[in-house]
Amino acid sequence: MAELEIPAKYKIDEVRKRKEILELPIASPGDEPIKINLGPSHPAMHGTIKMIAEMVGETIVNIDVEPGFLHRGFEKMMENHTYPSALPYTDRLNYVTAFINNFGYVATIEKLFGIEITERCAWLRTLFSELSRITDHYTCQAAICSEIGAMTPFLYFMQARDWIWEHFNWATGARQTYSYARIGGLARDIPDDWLDKCKEILKSNIPLLKDIHGLMDKNRIFLDRTQGVGEISQEDAINAGITGPFLRSTGVGYDVRKALPYLKYNEVEWEVPVGKYGDNYDRWFIRNREIEESLKICFQCIEKMPRTGPINSDDYQAHLPYKPEVYQTIEGLINHFKIIIEGPKPPKGTIYHCVEAANGELGFFLVSDGTGTAYRLHVRAPSFMTMGALDKIIIGHQLADIIPIFGSVNMVGGECDR
Amino acid sequence: MSYQLPDFPDMNYYDRKKRTLLDQLYVKEIGRGVWITSKHLFRNLFKWLTFRKGGVVILYPEEQRPDLSPNNRGRHVLVQRRNGSPRCVACQMCATVCPASCITIEAEESDDAIIQKRPKVFNIDISRCIFCGFCVEACPVDAIRMLPTTEKLVGYNRFKMIYDRDTLLHWNPVVNDDVVHGYNPI
Ligand code: SF4
Ligand code: SF4
Repeated sequence: MAELEIPAKYKIDEVRKRKEILELPIASPGDEPIKINLGPSHPAMHGTIKMIAEMVGETIVNIDVEPGFLHRGFEKMMENHTYPSALPYTDRLNYVTAFINNFGYVATIEKLFGIEITERCAWLRTLFSELSRITDHYTCQAAICSEIGAMTPFLYFMQARDWIWEHFNWATGARQTYSYARIGGLARDIPDDWLDKCKEILKSNIPLLKDIHGLMDKNRIFLDRTQGVGEISQEDAINAGITGPFLRSTGVGYDVRKALPYLKYNEVEWEVPVGKYGDNYDRWFIRNREIEESLKICFQCIEKMPRTGPINSDDYQAHLPYKPEVYQTIEGLINHFKIIIEGPKPPKGTIYHCVEAANGELGFFLVSDGTGTAYRLHVRAPSFMTMGALDKIIIGHQLADIIPIFGSVNMVGGECDR
Repeated sequence: MSYQLPDFPDMNYYDRKKRTLLDQLYVKEIGRGVWITSKHLFRNLFKWLTFRKGGVVILYPEEQRPDLSPNNRGRHVLVQRRNGSPRCVACQMCATVCPASCITIEAEESDDAIIQKRPKVFNIDISRCIFCGFCVEACPVDAIRMLPTTEKLVGYNRFKMIYDRDTLLHWNPVVNDDVVHGYNPI
């Protein structure tokens, strides 16, 4: 075996000094580290990601994280589809929060066009974004539970998530990849009794959440596996460009919804929860608190939303004309053909718009050359930033800790690798 | 405030420095865990015994879900005129908008001088389709629709999942359904 150079800061004594909390039996210094390969398709890793860990005994002294196995050329595909027909691709970024991606993408184009969305549309988008965030946090929390060995809370979370997804199907026509947003509005209005049923479903989630809290909150196995594991300092988190629940778990109260309010977030009451240490337990705590805050926003949206009114703006430069006009008038038909064949043509320019996705700041940077297709579209994916800091938080822990740490940073392959 | 918020679980932050001996002993937690899970078990068992809720697993191609939403985007159909020919005028709009480029259309001259064109070949590659529903939205004569059902969306290999015009066409619109918004494309 070839000689391996261990950088000075990863020498075992140094690692032991940095992580005093670990009192693990470490093999004597001078032992050759062993390389262990995890992934890209490992049963315990969710998402396709490869990690090469250098181990001394059970302790990781160095780790190399390699994302990119789910690269599908998202940004290139955006360059050869017109703006409306590229929308389904954004569904597949973070496939659990397809609504937030949809709305972020169309809001970028609306900003470029200068289109104002209607009141009802803004409320509906807020509601759908929050419901989407709840389902994403459910998924992430469920994964953490099942990775630590608690299968029961996993199933309770999945049940709660499925109620919401099934309900989305009644409004949008799909359980997961909705393609619901349109430039300047939404694909269609929601059914009449949708909001009332939505309220019932959210209320019926609360007993399940209580059961999950009962099972997990004071469970010593869970606390031992999460508290003090995967810690990151505020400084490191900010330097790595991390946002979202991960950053908030270190105590920084940065949330795009509060910092740069979009949609209706400044008209509802909610707060930004922050953590203390930035370890696994804090991330779990922050996500739980965010589920509660999102539920609060949802209830407020349902109360405050105007029950009638248009959902599409009457600005015809970007969205398809209404069907009666297409069927009956020649102008409507030509407009329809123009938008589908050439795509809506925004003015030349560059624009950046960001929304708070479930994992952090999801940004779209768009360069328009005045045609119906984007010249360049870059996605600032929140998961990608966390991958840059992953080695910092894993080094010094045991091999078995990789899985809960990786679960709690919630890396979504579709979004990270694009 | 006009709205009523329900009673939330209100998770308390559990600081690692404040763990008590009782928590460390873990006995209380075992009791609580058994209580919660058995509550669920017996509730579900009772429901199952009284035939109120069957299994949630569906053996898909043989069984269909009875409770699919009516808005669900499922199988494509081509709408027919009263004489049974497709209403499609082979304008290529659906093939243009399709993000997965899975529609192939070849046009031919129609017998009817007013209609002018009709599709000779109309293939949808179901194995590539992402069920976005954009083709339905793009059609200017309402010739393609999606049913909520997901039956017959399976195949043993990918070549058997290319649906041609006649497979898609077997659906007859009910009663006066071909009159769309006061305009009759026939
Ligand atoms: S549903 Fe979407 S992907 Fe499928 S044929 Fe229609 S436009 Fe193409
Ligand atoms: S189905 Fe509709 S959109 Fe597609 S080619 Fe036929 S008429 Fe045109």
